[in-house]
Formats: sequence, structure tokens, C-alpha cells
Amino acid sequence: MTLELSRSLLYLDDITVSFDGFKALNALSLLIEPGEMRAIIGPNGAGKTTMMDVITGKTRPDEGSAMFAGRHDLTSMDEARIANLGIGRKFQKPTVFESHTVWDNLLLALKDSRGVFGTLFSSTSASQKEAIEELLETVHLTDASMAMAANLSHGQKQWLEIGMLLAQDPQLLLVDEPVAGMTDAETAQTAQLLRKINETRSVVVVEHDMTFVRDLDVKVTVLHEGSVLADGSLDHISSNERVIEVYLGR
Amino acid sequence: MIFHRLKHISWDLALGVYVTLLVLAIAVPFFNLVVPEGSAFHLSTYMVTLLGKYMCYALLALALDLVWGYCGILSLGHGAFFALGGYAMGMYLMRMIGPRGVYGDPVLPDFMVFLNWKELPWYWLGFDIFPFAMLMVVLVPGILAFAFGYLAFRSRVTGVYFSIITQALTFALLLAFFRNDMGFGGNNGLTDFKDILGFDIQSDATRSGLFIVTIAALAAGFAICRAIVGSKLGKVLLAVRDAESRTRFLGYRTDRYKLFVWVVSACLAGVAGALYVPQVGIINPSEFAPANSIEAVVWVAVGGRGTLAGAILGGVLVNIFKTWFTGALPEFWLFALGALFVLVTLLLPRGIIGTALHYREKHLEKKASEDNAFDEIAPEQPHDEAQEELERAGA
Repeated sequence: MTLELSRSLLYLDDITVSFDGFKALNALSLLIEPGEMRAIIGPNGAGKTTMMDVITGKTRPDEGSAMFAGRHDLTSMDEARIANLGIGRKFQKPTVFESHTVWDNLLLALKDSRGVFGTLFSSTSASQKEAIEELLETVHLTDASMAMAANLSHGQKQWLEIGMLLAQDPQLLLVDEPVAGMTDAETAQTAQLLRKINETRSVVVVEHDMTFVRDLDVKVTVLHEGSVLADGSLDHISSNERVIEVYLGR
Repeated sequence: MIFHRLKHISWDLALGVYVTLLVLAIAVPFFNLVVPEGSAFHLSTYMVTLLGKYMCYALLALALDLVWGYCGILSLGHGAFFALGGYAMGMYLMRMIGPRGVYGDPVLPDFMVFLNWKELPWYWLGFDIFPFAMLMVVLVPGILAFAFGYLAFRSRVTGVYFSIITQALTFALLLAFFRNDMGFGGNNGLTDFKDILGFDIQSDATRSGLFIVTIAALAAGFAICRAIVGSKLGKVLLAVRDAESRTRFLGYRTDRYKLFVWVVSACLAGVAGALYVPQVGIINPSEFAPANSIEAVVWVAVGGRGTLAGAILGGVLVNIFKTWFTGALPEFWLFALGALFVLVTLLLPRGIIGTALHYREKHLEKKASEDNAFDEIAPEQPHDEAQEELERAGA
């Protein structure tokens, strides 16, 4: 058991979260290995977002344990601490700092001192500038680097947010519906981007778009009423009768 | 390119503020002290004091803009920090009266003699030492702000709930300071000041001196706020204002950032109050009145929040208007203030400076896009709304 603990990057065991008696998560267990990419699907209210909230410290579980890299107990930490451990989160609705330029958005996300006085007297180093330029390249925003984030298109905002996550240099990325509202071309580019990210980091993608999930071609976990209904390859899942009943068949 | 020009605008604006303050600091004492009283150009001492008062209000507005404009914390209780700074200064001035009070007690202020107190309460000790009193001017509001902010921000009290408890804070202090047994002069507050650092507080020269010190404090406050806003910390503040939870998930402890500016802002407000008291000659609990704090919010809104210079302008302009209006129609002032707030919110939501900056920006963007009309850059950003708008305007 301890061996398994230390091997998995993320270890959720028996997590239960209830809101006024409603069990948003019901004895959920999930393992994510280092370097793995996992897609998580499930109907509305299956607990996908609550699961992300638990991992990132926004919600405390009533029961169960959540360990990161086999050593860190996530249930006892706040959002900032967990973010600094190396877990990045992308929201469903693109959330960037609208009154900052694209450049400043990335600068703020870049791994650096997060203390009040550290930032008060901080200046941008040459290596930081280089890192930001590289990130701009990765998320296709080099030409927009001085544009206000508020003026970006929806797809560009999604990418900027992904760029900000990368700037944090996390070991694990949680991505909530990254292609919602994107054009087909943008969706394909995003899949490519996620695969590239996955070369060096673990990624958990929550998504509704089945073509996108098929595109990613990774292990899929189906959530239903707060616990895991099934997992395996997409084809394996698609033939599972329970899954068809609650989700795919509708 | 546009970005660099915007930086220039902000520098132009700051330079404008510094130059205006410098001119005031020289001209006002000059026309009061040097130009003879009979001359048409003579500035009365009443005017010097009035202008000094406006500068104190401007500093309070600046402090408020730092938290409201840049960090989204709407304080409806900044008058409390202003008044606390004022009381600290008032306590020093009371101790300086010495045996010249009505009852002639060498140590106890008149109101304590009247209450039949035999000795100075412990919290009045040390206030006869000017540096100590000045330290308290900053520390007392700072410590209160720290305690209040620590609890509120840690519990993630935000938005209108936070605003309401700041109102409650200043109202609670109002009630407390009304009580005679608090030892701050009750209803009457502290007044009948004689001198400050040995200078007669009524003399023209002292008045001009206080005016110059107030201008200096305002300029220093402006420089401090600009340094904070211009640093990376300032960028984090804007991030907190616009998307606090995103900032948290990036690993920033947003409560600490809020606490930092909150305390800095309270200290600045305390300094403003301390400079206000020797000029108006009195401090009493009415300075804690919730309406005062709300008025300060209107100053910032009128001048343009999130611009610093706008807060200063708003603080001065609204108070000039108030002086004139309360002279003409005193009963209707609160209606006028309310109307001003509604009108500015509806017609000029960015405030005076904010609107001016906005148009200047638009103008520069337009010019930049005309400059680049034949460049390959523009068509590469087909989704940029502003760009599209400009292209349409240009076509």
C-alpha cells in the first residue's frame, strides 16, 4: 500500500463530500500516475468539478484522503500552498486577468517568489523574459503579447490560461472543459497542445466533447453520482452497459 | 508600442501632480505671507487653511483609491483611520497646552479636570513627546487595520459584506468616542490647541508651514502609492481585484496582499487626519460619522478610481464644490452629494481622470493603427475586438 502511495502522483481514496445531505462525491477513489494523461467524463452533477475543488484545496472532503506525490496531504492545505506544490488548475470558463496584458498575465503566473515583500521589490530577470517568450510561442500568442487579455478571443483566452498554468511549472495539470466554445480547428490545436504538455507532466482533463476525448486517445474514467462508474479505454467504456445507460446512451 | 506610450501618459500625469503640488507649496505661502494684506493678490489665512484642509482630504482619497481602485476593496470606513490619526495628533496638541488651560492644571487637559480625574490615563502617556505622537499617528490606524483586515481577509469576507462591516467599525468607534469615560473628551472632542512644536498654531506663518507639510505628505503619499502600484505587487493587486480565486490558484496568498495594502492605506489615512486637526483646530467624534467615509468614496469616484491622480483631484474638487454649496444651500448638501454620485456613476463611470485617460488611450491606439496600416501585424490578430473596431473605424 505504501509502495503504491509513493508511486502515484495523485492518490484519492474514499473521498466523500456532501452539501446539505447531497453527496457530491461518494467514496471516490482515483489514482493518477506520473506522466499520465487521464480524461474524466460524466453527466452533469457527477462530481467532476467538486473533485477538482477537493484536489486544489477549495473544498475540504468530509471523509477520505487525498495525497500528492505520496507525501503531501492535500486535505490539510489551502489553495495557494497546493498551487505552489505543483498542481495547476484551469477553470471551465476561461479566467485570465483581463486588465493585464498577455505578457503580465504570464509574468504573474511564472514560478517565482509569492511573498508580499518579494513581489514588492521584484524585477523581471532576463531568464524570466526568455521563459515568457517561450510560453508565448507555445500557446500561439507571441503577436498578442502586449494586448490586454480582455481583448482576446475566447479561444485565445483559453490558451493564455493554459500558458499561465505552464508558467507555474506544475507536475499535475487539472483542465476543466478546455474546448468548450472552441472552433473545430482550435479544438484540434488544443488536443495537440495538451499532448505536448503531457510529454513532461501529468494531465487530468474533464471534458464533455467526446470527439475531443477520442482525439486525446487516453485512459478514460467515468464518474456517476460522485463515484467511479468505470474506467479504461474509450472503446472499452463505450461498450459498458451501465455507462451507456447513464451517459452515452442518452 | 501602445504599451510604452501608456507608460508615458502615466508619467505625464504623475509629473503634472508633482508640479502642481510644488507650485501650490510655493505660491500659497507667498501670496499669504509676502504679498501685503491690502493687495488684491493677498491670500487670506482662512484660504490657506481651507486649501490645507482640501489637501488632507486629497490624501484620504488617495489612501482609499489604493485599496478600492487597485485591489477592489471598497472601504466605507476609511474615516475611522483618518479620525484616529487626528485624535493622536489632537492628544499631542492637548498636552502642549500645559498650564494654559481654563483650569490651569499643568498636566491634565481641561475636560479631565472637569470630570474630576486625578491623573492622566495610561494611554495619554508619551503624547507630550512629538516623535512618539507622530509614531502613534501611523501605528494606531495601522494596528487597527491589521487586526480588522487580518480577521476579515482570512475569513474571506469580500464585496458588500466587507463594506458593511467597515461601516460598522467606524460607527462603533463613533459611539465609543462619544463616551466621556473613554478619556478623549467625549462629545466635545479635543480643541483649544495653543501651539505645535513651540509655534503658535494660530499664526499665519505656522498655517503656511502646516500647508507646506501637508503638500509634502500628499506628494510622499502619492509617490508611495505609485511605487506600490507600479511594482509586481501592484500587478498582483489588480489580479486580486479582477479574479481573486484565479490568483489564489496561481499560488498567491491573496489575503496577505490585501492586508498589506489595507494597512498601508490606513496609515496614509491616519497621516491625513493628523495634518487635518491642527489646521481645523478641533477633532471630535463626528469625524467617525459613517457619512464622512461615504463622502470620501464619492471623491474617488468623481476623480476616477484606480488612477491615484484622480483621487487627489476628486478630493479637492468635490470639497471646493461642498464649500460653495454648503454656503449657498446648506440643507441640501446631502442631496447634492447623492445626485453627484448618481450622475458620475451613470454618465462618467470612469471618473474625470479615468475618462480623460480612456480617450487619450483610444486616440493613441487609433494613431498607432494608422501608423501600422500597411504593416502585416494588424491582420494577424483577427479576433482582437479593439483592433476590429479600429479597422472598422478606419475603413
